[in-house]
Amino acid sequence: MADQLQFELVSPERLLLSRQVDMVVVPGAEGDFGALPGHALFLSALRPGVIAVYEGATVVDRIFVAGGFAEVTESACTVLADEAVALVDLDRGRIEAEIARARDDIRDAKTDAERQLAERRLAIAEAKAAALDGTPY
Amino acid sequence: MASLKDLRIRINSVKSTQKITSAMKMVAAAKLRRAQEHALAARPYAERMERVLGGLASSMAGQDGAPALLAGNGRSRVHLVVVMTSDRGLCGAFNSSIVRGAKRLLRDLLREGKDVKLFCVGRKGRDQLKREYGSLIVGDMEDVGKPSLRYDSGAAVAQRLAGMFEAGEFDVCTIVYNKFKSVISQIVTVQQLIPFPIPTAGAPQSPHECEPDEADLLALLLPRNLAVQVFRALLENVASEQGARMTAMDNATRNAGDMINRLTITYNRTRQAAITKELIEIISGAEAV
Repeated sequence: MADQLQFELVSPERLLLSRQVDMVVVPGAEGDFGALPGHALFLSALRPGVIAVYEGATVVDRIFVAGGFAEVTESACTVLADEAVALVDLDRGRIEAEIARARDDIRDAKTDAERQLAERRLAIAEAKAAALDGTPY
Repeated sequence: MASLKDLRIRINSVKSTQKITSAMKMVAAAKLRRAQEHALAARPYAERMERVLGGLASSMAGQDGAPALLAGNGRSRVHLVVVMTSDRGLCGAFNSSIVRGAKRLLRDLLREGKDVKLFCVGRKGRDQLKREYGSLIVGDMEDVGKPSLRYDSGAAVAQRLAGMFEAGEFDVCTIVYNKFKSVISQIVTVQQLIPFPIPTAGAPQSPHECEPDEADLLALLLPRNLAVQVFRALLENVASEQGARMTAMDNATRNAGDMINRLTITYNRTRQAAITKELIEIISGAEAV
């Protein structure tokens, strides 16, 4: 068993991150889960939230993902994300503007599809805001 | 015989054409490099997606309740052919080779007695197919990659296709696009999207634990896979288009150069002939005196 995990973060446009890490905590659709080396084969959908990358006991990277899914094997963890932003790059002003805009769109939506799209945007923006407020564990 | 003035005008016009084609070649080369980088960068996602989905799909295959995008809706009567071309011309045989591939596929399908519908992504393909198969075209999209090709553009196309599938407008969906092999070689590729072709080769993967359960996850992954495949095809297409345009413009520049040389020789020869003629006239005039 390897003592480290190969962590890969991929967006549809490119490979964002690929490195050896000790642990990652990933926001799964049914709850956060941590992946350590030697994890059983596991596949999960993601909800909007923050991925924390651990080296030793300290967090070296916090990355916001808007959704996607993750595959965990014994020696690797691959996250296929829809959209990924480093937490430090999130801008509170812009997120609040996005929340307001999404709320407007929900109110003005004429079709169900439009409303669903706007609601999804709202959920992502709210998750971003929550990620900024959240206390790092 | 063209007069000297005509020749001069001709040479100048070819020269300005050459300037344009060589500028277009430069632009295509720059765009090609970017497009190639994008296509390469997008590859890891598509590959991993395929691996994960392949494993999941083969474990789900044959079971009841498999999503329609995976198993199909049990019929294969109505085929939707998605033809992906560019919006701009002047790129050699790029568009016509895609259209030729699409027409071959259409003929085969029609001969088998299938109902065929056409969906055109890109202006050029629609224009070329309109004459022969205009009645089959059910929809088209233009300016898909404008101003820049992003994942969202692929997702938009995929969403439209998925919507049509759910509405029961077709049973099988195939896309036709150019795969980028190298700057001078693009391969017309026909790929089936719906139902998802289950990989038969390869050892079955050990089952994953899934969260939420397999069926839900698959229902989530399949539309996404559709978008990724369309996105990949679009990327390959853009890279191919720029490659084809670069080669075509390079050829055009070279041809213009050849033409200028030929015209210059004719021009000089004509000028020389005129001078000689004038000299002969003077000399024979002087001798006559």
